[in-house]
Amino acid sequence: MNQVHYITELFEKYDGRNIDGYLKNGGFDSLKLLLSNGIEKTVGEISASGLQGRGGAAYPTGRKLKQAREAKGERKFVVCNADEGEPGTFKDRELLKRNIFQVIEGMIIAGICSDAKEGIIYVREEYKNLHDDIIKAINKCYEKKFLGVNLLNSGVDFDLKLFSGAGAYVCGEGFAMCESMEGKSGRPRSKPPYVKQEGFLNMPTLVINTETLSAIVSIIKKGADSFKRYGTEKSSGTKLVSISGRVNQPGVYEVPFGVTVRELVEHFGGGIKDNAKGNFVQIGGASGGILPEKLWDTKYTYENLESRGMSIGSGAIVVADETNDIVKYLKVVQEFFRHESCGKCTPCREGNRQMKVIFDKMIDKTVAEKDFYRLDVVLNIMKNASLCGSGKTEVDPFITAKMYFPEAFTIKEVRIEFPGNDEEEEAV
Amino acid sequence: MMKQVTLNIDNKWVTVPEGITVLEASKTAGINIPTLCFLKEINEVGACRMCMVEADGKVQASCVYPVADGMVVKTNTPKIRDMRKVILELILANHNSSCTICVRNNSCELQALSKDLNMTEELFEREFSHNIDDLSPSIVRDDSRCINCGRCANICNNIQKVGVLGFVHRSDRTKVGTVYDKPLAELSCINCGQCIVNCPVGALREKDNTEAVWEALADSKKYVVVQTAPAVRAGLGEEFGYAMGTSVTGKMVAALRRLGFEKVFDTDFAADVTIMEEGTELLNRIGNGGILPMITSCSPGWIKYCEHNYPELLGNLSTCKSPQNMMGALLKSHYARMVGVKPEDMVVVSIMPCTAKKFEVQRDELEVDGLRDVDISITTRELARMIKEARIEFTMLEDEAFDPYYGDSTGAAVIFGATGGVMEAALRTVADILTKQDLQSIEYNQVRGIEGIKEASIQVTEDLTVKVAVAHGGANIKKLMSRIKNGEAEYHFVEIMACPGGCVNGGGQPIVSDKIKMEVDVRTERAKALYQEDSQVLTLRKSHENPSVKRLYEEFLQEPNSHKSHKLLHTHYQER
Repeated sequence: MNQVHYITELFEKYDGRNIDGYLKNGGFDSLKLLLSNGIEKTVGEISASGLQGRGGAAYPTGRKLKQAREAKGERKFVVCNADEGEPGTFKDRELLKRNIFQVIEGMIIAGICSDAKEGIIYVREEYKNLHDDIIKAINKCYEKKFLGVNLLNSGVDFDLKLFSGAGAYVCGEGFAMCESMEGKSGRPRSKPPYVKQEGFLNMPTLVINTETLSAIVSIIKKGADSFKRYGTEKSSGTKLVSISGRVNQPGVYEVPFGVTVRELVEHFGGGIKDNAKGNFVQIGGASGGILPEKLWDTKYTYENLESRGMSIGSGAIVVADETNDIVKYLKVVQEFFRHESCGKCTPCREGNRQMKVIFDKMIDKTVAEKDFYRLDVVLNIMKNASLCGSGKTEVDPFITAKMYFPEAFTIKEVRIEFPGNDEEEEAV
Repeated sequence: MMKQVTLNIDNKWVTVPEGITVLEASKTAGINIPTLCFLKEINEVGACRMCMVEADGKVQASCVYPVADGMVVKTNTPKIRDMRKVILELILANHNSSCTICVRNNSCELQALSKDLNMTEELFEREFSHNIDDLSPSIVRDDSRCINCGRCANICNNIQKVGVLGFVHRSDRTKVGTVYDKPLAELSCINCGQCIVNCPVGALREKDNTEAVWEALADSKKYVVVQTAPAVRAGLGEEFGYAMGTSVTGKMVAALRRLGFEKVFDTDFAADVTIMEEGTELLNRIGNGGILPMITSCSPGWIKYCEHNYPELLGNLSTCKSPQNMMGALLKSHYARMVGVKPEDMVVVSIMPCTAKKFEVQRDELEVDGLRDVDISITTRELARMIKEARIEFTMLEDEAFDPYYGDSTGAAVIFGATGGVMEAALRTVADILTKQDLQSIEYNQVRGIEGIKEASIQVTEDLTVKVAVAHGGANIKKLMSRIKNGEAEYHFVEIMACPGGCVNGGGQPIVSDKIKMEVDVRTERAKALYQEDSQVLTLRKSHENPSVKRLYEEFLQEPNSHKSHKLLHTHYQER
């Protein structure tokens, strides 16, 4: 099984920075097709392809574009979500670096389809080495009249600019991103109204993932059927996965839905380092589920992962081997969320505070039965009562780990404290 | 008519206007959903998650979730009850719950909820910050009790437009803080105390000065007199179980005598003097081409706001001291001599609905011949605490009257406590002076009420139509001031009060829970007590008709804006 090059077709065909190279390889053909075929037909094609949002929420893209078009507002915005803050995820970086013009073309198409005249590429601050190239690419597109007033003499206007985040994970969430662009701290607002109704500057805002935008361009050019040739009925097309951790060949791979997790690890990831035995993978980012090695034959699709209590998420696959302790791994994940919670709502702010206490005890092996009860209480309230999607999903690794590694959440040994029994003295 | 929707709340069908929240709709079904961060029209953010319900099977924060036709809401499922308790547990785990030594014991929304939700155990280990900022003369911030609801920050930024409080840091380090963690005393805080009266817990409180009052009262060498601002009588009763808007003037005076004050005076007397001084200043400015519009200077929160934000308009402020300080300056000069007390032995205590008054009494320039105009300023709430500590049965007290002379006042003075009141009082006097008549039509309804900015043009004589404006609350002030600054509006006289609704809703007034604020408008209810006193209790309703004020001018001040008046009753301002 080889990786496919549906969205990433042009990765090897031009250097990703030269607009002439992009044009030579059929660049902006999709935009021209949209201008000749019309919005309805184009959005219909995207709907027919079965494309779902690739940021993690998996909302049908065709429906999203249709709703964006129906939203009414003095100004309307389309925002490319290139915040890519989910740990273990680096596929958008490749799209921005190796084929930025396809992302821009996707933005113009999304803008036209949703009747928005202003676009913003929200790039995470940590990708600042890419910022200049993205701005240059945008300027090139203005020069060539793909952007601006009356682009390509179509009678349509669309402006595009880059906005740099400031490093907060939660700004990948739609409302937090809007707040961030408005110059405020990144804290999600409560819904409704939704971002699509009152987002950036309280205007209708379509937030769409970098990979989704790239996919739109390929689908328009090649047709919905070409996309549906890959994947399964419920998980259409291909997915960019970011494989990292204890594998021989970490990297970004475009794979058809339906491969198994084991194939991702062993074939695409090149197998586990040092011929160690696999232990678990975390799927979909830091907020993704933990899948133990015994279940690696699970198919990588939305529906199959759902049955395991997890989801595709951002497409991250972090591989752990037998030397990686599940509790220590979760402790790192927990530290991440404790650092990144925005602190607005009680469940996530206070839940992370309490989880830190519990995980510290688990690491120190001073955990008591009551702490596991507390953990259950915290996980439950965060899952059900958090204000935003981040708070609701960041408990998933812990919930799935409890499901598949129950022994890690029981008291295994009774540690008896003797004076002078701490490790420092033992080392002497 | 607004579109109606019908929804089912806990098996009861209710029909409510479209667009309201599930929280509001539940009221009509007789359900009181618990809330903490919610504050009607001020803090509607859905952050604390206390008000969760199941709406069409999904957990939603009812304070921000709109009703829909056919919606099925369940507010009392085991799942919801459990989750609310966990939310409360999580908040309590980070809260200093030493209720017995908290200023909000018995008026705390968190405490009340803990009782209502039947909290009996501590699930999590308690850990909280110990950071306290008590450097401001007016406001104390106690992080150990803060529950991060954000009400104070929202009030400070959006309602008052002061903007010194806001969330800093994130996750479990999130806290309400200030820029660079500076103390409020070093910032452009105007000491209005709106953060205090909107805090659900004891994280914000006034700087307590009751100990200083007790000490003065116990000092046999001191002659301790007290003055009470008009709004105090409209709020104090709430601390003793009276309905909002009940005037308790007589009992308040009696309680102050029981506490041991030598004389109990009424700041309203000084309010009448203020009208004489300020009215004359206005007529002089109009007649002599002085700086217009002239802007009132009674509200110390507003004065500091102006000094920080509109230094170029300080010349527009009336030079009149506030009634509190006029009273103090007169008591320590005229009254002290009259009764044969050495001014330095006199202690002037003021009871104010206001926390900014504590800052005002410390201002360098508010003294005469080395003596502070006012020595100690305490709030309505502090007075209530003193009365309770002294074990005085407030409700059993028989009404008593203020001491004569400095306790005599008019209806014009008592309405100072509501937005528009100073303006109306001034108009009553200015119109009489200009027309040389005793006008009977004295109720200026155009400047009454809680509209944010009120404007009126009043034709006083054939030649003069006085144009006035009234604003209260920082956001409205900002709007009006930018119009004045940009020359977009021409007024002769402008009244500004820092607090929304004026002094009746001041930062030193009794605290009203969010639940009651959902039902009644505190500003309107308390103002009713003052307007009632003006129209039904007091016989004289114009400041210049106050016989004791007339007497003061005859035997001491000579005339408004005289040399002596200027020395005692007028002041200046500084850019900050």
